Amino acid sequence: MIIAERKDLGLISKMLEGRSKVLVAGCRSCVAICHAGGEKEVAATAEALRLRAAAEGRHIDVTEMTLERQCEKEWVQEMGPHLQDREIVLSLACGVGAQVVQEMYPATLVVPGLNTSNMGAPEEQGIYLEKCAGCGDCVLHLTGGICPLARCSKSMLNGPCGGSQNGKCEVNPDTACAWDLIFHSLQRLGRLDLLEENIPPKNWLPSRSGGPRRIVRPPVVQGEEEKRSREGSP
Amino acid sequence: MRSGSNLERVLESGTFAVTAEIAPPKSTSTEGLRKKVQALKGCAEAFNLTDNQTAIVRLSSMASSVACLQEGAEPVMQMTCRDRNRIAMQSDLLGAASLGIRNVLCLSGDHQTFGNQKEARNVYDIDPVQQLMVFRQMRDQGQVWGGDTIEERPKVYLGAAANPFADPFEYRVARLAKKVKAGADFVQTQAIFDLDRFERFMTEVRARRLDEQVHILAGVVPLKSANAARYMKTKVSGMSVPDEVVVRMKSASDPKKEGIRICVETIDHLKNIPGVHGVHIMAIGWEEMVPTIAEQSGLLPRPCIP
Ligand code: SF4
Repeated sequence: MIIAERKDLGLISKMLEGRSKVLVAGCRSCVAICHAGGEKEVAATAEALRLRAAAEGRHIDVTEMTLERQCEKEWVQEMGPHLQDREIVLSLACGVGAQVVQEMYPATLVVPGLNTSNMGAPEEQGIYLEKCAGCGDCVLHLTGGICPLARCSKSMLNGPCGGSQNGKCEVNPDTACAWDLIFHSLQRLGRLDLLEENIPPKNWLPSRSGGPRRIVRPPVVQGEEEKRSREGSP
Repeated sequence: MRSGSNLERVLESGTFAVTAEIAPPKSTSTEGLRKKVQALKGCAEAFNLTDNQTAIVRLSSMASSVACLQEGAEPVMQMTCRDRNRIAMQSDLLGAASLGIRNVLCLSGDHQTFGNQKEARNVYDIDPVQQLMVFRQMRDQGQVWGGDTIEERPKVYLGAAANPFADPFEYRVARLAKKVKAGADFVQTQAIFDLDRFERFMTEVRARRLDEQVHILAGVVPLKSANAARYMKTKVSGMSVPDEVVVRMKSASDPKKEGIRICVETIDHLKNIPGVHGVHIMAIGWEEMVPTIAEQSGLLPRPCIP
């Protein structure tokens, strides 16, 4: 899932400056699970904005809505009627959701209420850990199910650097050294042989280095006719 | 000869070699650096010019290496994976070779958050093992990565780092083997204080016969004070400093002298470990002591091998 954190309220207020009709829009997917932009956080943020405005003697009219998913047009359509009198949307979705909303409603300014951080998983209640770098060329089969690209501070592909100590990364004593985890995972799996092989320089083309990525899955792509009939137009 | 460098000639002759580290200045002036080279020249086969060590901006390793060459001493240019992608690395290797640099050390580099550019974005396009693979292909096949031909190959002696004190310990020799397979001609280790652990490392190195495929230069650091010893023990990850070293430094009436004594004793011990082909002296901020250490360790004069 996508892990995000809410921006500081002061920063959010700054982005909203000069606008009094605000829609705070949340998302029930990833950002709800990581307690950054679900229904509860939408309510809390809206209330905080109202209180702040009241304290500063400003008038603000904040409405709230939370979509099932802000990254899919089908769900974002539901936002239309709620936008009628709104001057600005504060999106509490990830950066993907915020962009889809802006794309669908180009006449209304959409600003990000969250900082989208990474692709990760909840470690325990309230603690989230980055797991995947989205490099486009997965190597987990070589590394005991632990991604060195996302989880090693230096994205090393051929083993630990000289700073790994007691299972911790040299960069931060709170961070596990990915290569220590990889070593022990492969040891348990009886596959330490994998660590003897040199992995050549990575092809970063499937990653961001090939420019923004566009993935096309031909069997699912709809033809023009199919699109028309689905939309119900002649 | 792969490079014809002085370091290569000495190591290939089977002579116990000496290298020493010199930190480039935070300046455009190379005057101080040149003075250091003049003072240290003749004490070692080659001098490592660090590459923005601890991620603090300094004069580039390449420019410092050229200054070293101009003073009549041989440089080992260090190159980290932190700041360059494979394009910059290959270009810099060609550049270094064109300027007469014959030894290059491949490193991952200290993470940028340790230095004075914490907000920098790191590169890590390739790691040190891959860096060695790329450089060896350039030198031995005369091809850049991907296969394009290089008209004049870079004749460089390729070095790597090894840290016998980092974890997981069981993997450290295998990691060295990967670097050897990737193209390392010589290896310089992390500073050795914990001789027991280093002995165990070397036993495993010999069991894999890696000492027959790569020249291992054992790293040493002279301690200046008890504080320095404590700092290395507790603050530098991937370091092992036994308590007795800290105690010796603490109880010494002249800690600086004691630091040199420990360093010389360590070198004496290292000389007798089979498979150790030399020492690498890292007198951080105390380079002027290198001649004393080399002298007291009976490593002078350095041989002249044509
Ligand atoms: S200590 Fe481990 S996780 Fe941290 S940079 Fe080194 S290899 Fe990567």
